Amino acid sequence: MPDPYAPKEAITHGDGGPAALAIGEAESLERAPGAGPGGAPTGKPRSLWSDAWHDLRRNPVFLLSALIILFLLVIAVWPQLIADGNPYRADLAKAQAGPEPGHPFGYDTQGRDVYTRVVYGARASITVGICATAGAALLGGLLGGFAGFFGGWWDTLLSRIADIFFGIPVILGGLVFLSVVTSSTVWPVVGFIVLLGWPQIARIARGAVVTAKQNDYVQAARALGAGNARTLLRHIAPNAVAPVIVVATIALGTYISLEATLSFLGAGLKPPTVSWGIDISAASTSIRNAPHMLLWPAGALSITVLAFIMLGDAVRDALATASPKPSTASATASPPGRPSPSSANPAPASPSPPRR
Amino acid sequence: MRGAERAKWGVCAVSVVLAATACGGGVDTRGSGAAGIVSSSWGDPQNPLEPANTNEVQGGKVLEMIFRGLKRYNPRTGAAENVIADRIETTDSRHYTVTLKPGWTFSNGEKVTAKSFVDAWNYGALITNRQKNAPFFQYIEGFDAVHPENGRPKTKTLSGLKVASPTKFTVALNQKFSSWPDTLGYTAFMPLPQTFYSHHDAWVKKPVGNGPYAVESYTKGSVMKLRKWSGYPGPDKARNGGIDLQVYTDNNTAYTDLQAGNLDLVDDIPATQLKNVHADLGDRYINQPAGVIQTLTFPMYDKRWNGKNSEKLRRGISMAIDRASITKEIFRNTRTPATDWTSPVLGTKGGFQDGICGEACEFRPDRAKELVKEGGGLPGGRMTIAYNADTGSHKDWIDAICNSINNALDNDKACVGAPVGTFADFRNRISSEKMTGPFRAGWQMDYPLIQNFLQPMYYSKASSNDGKYSNPKFDKLVNEANAATDRKETISKFQDAERVLATDMPTIPLWYQNGNGGYSDRIAHVALNPFSVPVYNEITVH
Amino acid sequence: MGRYVIRRLLQMIPVFIGSTLLIFLMVYALGDPVAALFGDRAPDPATAAQIRADLYLDQPLWKQYLHYMAQIFQGNFGTAFNGQPVTELMGAAFPVTLRLTLVAVVIEMVAGIVLGVFSGLRRGRTVDTTVLIFTLVVVSIPTFVSGYVLQYLFGVKWNWVKPAVSSEAPLGELLLPGLVLALVSLAYVTRLTRTSIAENARADYVRTAVAKGLPRRRVVTRHLLRNSLIPVVTFIGTDIGALMGGAIVTERIFNIHGVGFQLYQGILRQNSPTVVGFVTILVLVFLVANLLVDLLYAVLDPRIRYA
Repeated sequence: MPDPYAPKEAITHGDGGPAALAIGEAESLERAPGAGPGGAPTGKPRSLWSDAWHDLRRNPVFLLSALIILFLLVIAVWPQLIADGNPYRADLAKAQAGPEPGHPFGYDTQGRDVYTRVVYGARASITVGICATAGAALLGGLLGGFAGFFGGWWDTLLSRIADIFFGIPVILGGLVFLSVVTSSTVWPVVGFIVLLGWPQIARIARGAVVTAKQNDYVQAARALGAGNARTLLRHIAPNAVAPVIVVATIALGTYISLEATLSFLGAGLKPPTVSWGIDISAASTSIRNAPHMLLWPAGALSITVLAFIMLGDAVRDALATASPKPSTASATASPPGRPSPSSANPAPASPSPPRR
Repeated sequence: MRGAERAKWGVCAVSVVLAATACGGGVDTRGSGAAGIVSSSWGDPQNPLEPANTNEVQGGKVLEMIFRGLKRYNPRTGAAENVIADRIETTDSRHYTVTLKPGWTFSNGEKVTAKSFVDAWNYGALITNRQKNAPFFQYIEGFDAVHPENGRPKTKTLSGLKVASPTKFTVALNQKFSSWPDTLGYTAFMPLPQTFYSHHDAWVKKPVGNGPYAVESYTKGSVMKLRKWSGYPGPDKARNGGIDLQVYTDNNTAYTDLQAGNLDLVDDIPATQLKNVHADLGDRYINQPAGVIQTLTFPMYDKRWNGKNSEKLRRGISMAIDRASITKEIFRNTRTPATDWTSPVLGTKGGFQDGICGEACEFRPDRAKELVKEGGGLPGGRMTIAYNADTGSHKDWIDAICNSINNALDNDKACVGAPVGTFADFRNRISSEKMTGPFRAGWQMDYPLIQNFLQPMYYSKASSNDGKYSNPKFDKLVNEANAATDRKETISKFQDAERVLATDMPTIPLWYQNGNGGYSDRIAHVALNPFSVPVYNEITVH
Repeated sequence: MGRYVIRRLLQMIPVFIGSTLLIFLMVYALGDPVAALFGDRAPDPATAAQIRADLYLDQPLWKQYLHYMAQIFQGNFGTAFNGQPVTELMGAAFPVTLRLTLVAVVIEMVAGIVLGVFSGLRRGRTVDTTVLIFTLVVVSIPTFVSGYVLQYLFGVKWNWVKPAVSSEAPLGELLLPGLVLALVSLAYVTRLTRTSIAENARADYVRTAVAKGLPRRRVVTRHLLRNSLIPVVTFIGTDIGALMGGAIVTERIFNIHGVGFQLYQGILRQNSPTVVGFVTILVLVFLVANLLVDLLYAVLDPRIRYA
């Protein structure tokens, strides 16, 4: 339940006042970071990751979503595998015409084949999704992680900078970007989404690190003389990375549809790039006359987003069962009607508000 | 199954929300509820509604309702006809004497006199009042003194304007301009009441004029309510009780509101809805010529577009554009393929001549490919067409032009559209000469004269010569045309000048834009004038 | 507690300065706004220069910023290019957007929590899967698509509601736009509630309560729901800030003259007083909402105390 918006100072500035979180009875120090009470068999200790992987391989949701994503990646690299048409070839005489043999999805306003464009659009849209997510996760994860670990003014500074970024309207940022950068590649859009997306990931990473820092085994490791770097790398990062990965997979979906919104406002990808976002925004006002123009690219976008969110969901579930739960012990102690303190996995808690 | 029951309950909760949404609508009927009032779509005017400061259609709509000037352009023919002017006389095309008709007043009771005009024009020309239409007064003697290139003005009034009596004033121009009286229907030349100067802030909040309507209330950015002025002395009295101008940001929404019966009149139908207008509106759809021409302007300051043989390149690009298909499929016949650089609303008497552009404006893909090759090919093998992405749904037709060029040149990526985020940015790039390829240009006439379609855009260093085109031959012919006293001679000189354009192709004429609109079954007698503004005063309400 | 609130309030000052500066820079980067005032024709250089001087645009950037900030501290947010004071625009726009936000929040709370509770209690069953698919589809559809589709279906095809909102923007007309605005957040709330409920349903105190023989309904509403709402409340709290400033697309589609509308107009016309003024207020709203959420968190969970 601890979430990225958990009161920062309350937890971080534990040194400045009475301990904020009432953690239940101490758990035994022998417990390895990975071996959760509810999850893996206790026979031989396994890492968090192998536990999770063990679960995932048997999860049909994971397998299905992984299959879809694999397919999409293949299409993004080699669109000609399943589409032999030309996404640019336009024949105005066919404008907005419905399906016909060889053109199963019909034509768009310019008389281009919708099927070919949907297939070719995968590349730009998925590139934007994956690269923007990777960028935001890396930047946000690092900044948020350091903020959570070191606390103090560094933490405050970061949180307030994140506040500033949250306050900036998307289209203002988008228009500025579009006017400054004239490249017609996907990179300005990727850069822009990273710039918008990192604060969200930073908050989550920060929350995760703060929670992990409270864990007994970390406290113990520090008491035994482990240095900052070692503590961060060996003990905190493995636990804090999980929520970041989970939120990132969900964010990936929203980033792909953010690209569509940017195109709608005239600030997204530019031709000759073919992308779902460009086609969706072009189709959005022709719903009455040519619903097929909207249906197919929007459907492709939905399936992609769905696949990535399902993947994130499955990963989260796997990690949730595999992760240590210092909370369970204390939950018994807390009276009914009082929430249990933090579980180690804050991922499902509050994602940041979506950008509209 | 309890679970299933609960799920059902959940679905119901959602439908209750939706049903509540449904209950919210359909009760009141917006502005159209009041008897005799017409609700019409509007865009938020950019500038305060001062006549000499209003240079776009939205503000122009209001001024057309609340002001009458010396002349007015006939809503059907576009001919300049006397309204407040009794006669405008000259012997040398330079010195004019204006005599006013008696009996005209502003809606606050103040008389419209020669001073109402002279003061208003002086106000409009004075640089410190930063009126955007100030250049319209540039032909009047003394303009440089009140409107210097830089520094403070030397005086506050135009030396060329003299009040002779309450109903008579004289105008001295700084050059011969035979068709000058016909420019006086433009909004910049409207008279102003004294309260405009004495209570300026109040006036801007609620303008007072002398037209068939008076402003009842004005909520900026939202709605302006205009009501019939019963004391209006002119012949063109309002035939309805009033007009409510509703601000819409998205013309799609305005059209949807018209369909739903919440709005009476839309004068800008989005291109994507044009396919449905006949089904939705039947004969309540208007599509008629207006004085607007769309062109692609070349940056003549760029050597790559203005080198040796480049006119072949420009001509070739023009011939690669399938105007007929684009106007049919994208614009649904709300545009007509252009064959010259003016507009059919001028009429053949006014100087419009079909086909001056000749073969260059015909779709000949094979010849186009040859010409582009002869002209040295596209610079770097690529070209972009720049447009602003924020308003006007230009993307569809720019993409269609590029596709047409690409098909003709047999190269998928030869031409791409280059959207610019905001109109301001687009204009800045044009005025700072940063364009690297052709860009879209639309010209809406200020007054229905052939001069207005040629001189401001192609005369060397003219105010709207965005491509920086310059040809002494063209300039000479325009000068001769303006000095000619005979109307016929003026027009034939302008047409000769236009033929120079046909050789040089500094811009590609694309199509003549129609005004289009639609209206509800509550109202009748709806028409657009040649400026594609609805003729509000003639609308009747059932 | 008091010291904590004061510290957070003090921190708002640098954030305020930082965000105004950043936004000022962004609007400045868009270029000279004066050219657009002249429509399709090239501006008359003398008039344009006069307008720039009057609007302080001929000064270097840092002077413009200081001048602007000095005015703000006197309560003067400047004047939009059409001559209207920005404070007047705010007075008209914020109440409308506030109502829209309210509608959206109520919808996302009621529908989101109800759906979330059902799917959380029935984890892995048909109900859960159905709700899961519904929420995922909703997340993956951009707002402008759902906006246009719902507007056409409800407003035109079935004629249940008015497709656009009138200038007074009464609550009733805001229901459909509110729904569109709420859709994405609705999905988030549903998923949050579901996860939280599912997790807590396995907690010992729930098992204890059930073992004690308490009726199921009572266990769910008194014990389970109350404990599961903390992350949801946190989310909704922060969402209010985002909803208020983020409704640009929704407000455009439904012709609502609120904050998003004014911002959009301001950005298109590169009107820095409007944009900077509105965004400044939005950042403040966002910061206050954040602070309130943090405080609310302590109310919901007494173990959290602020020093």
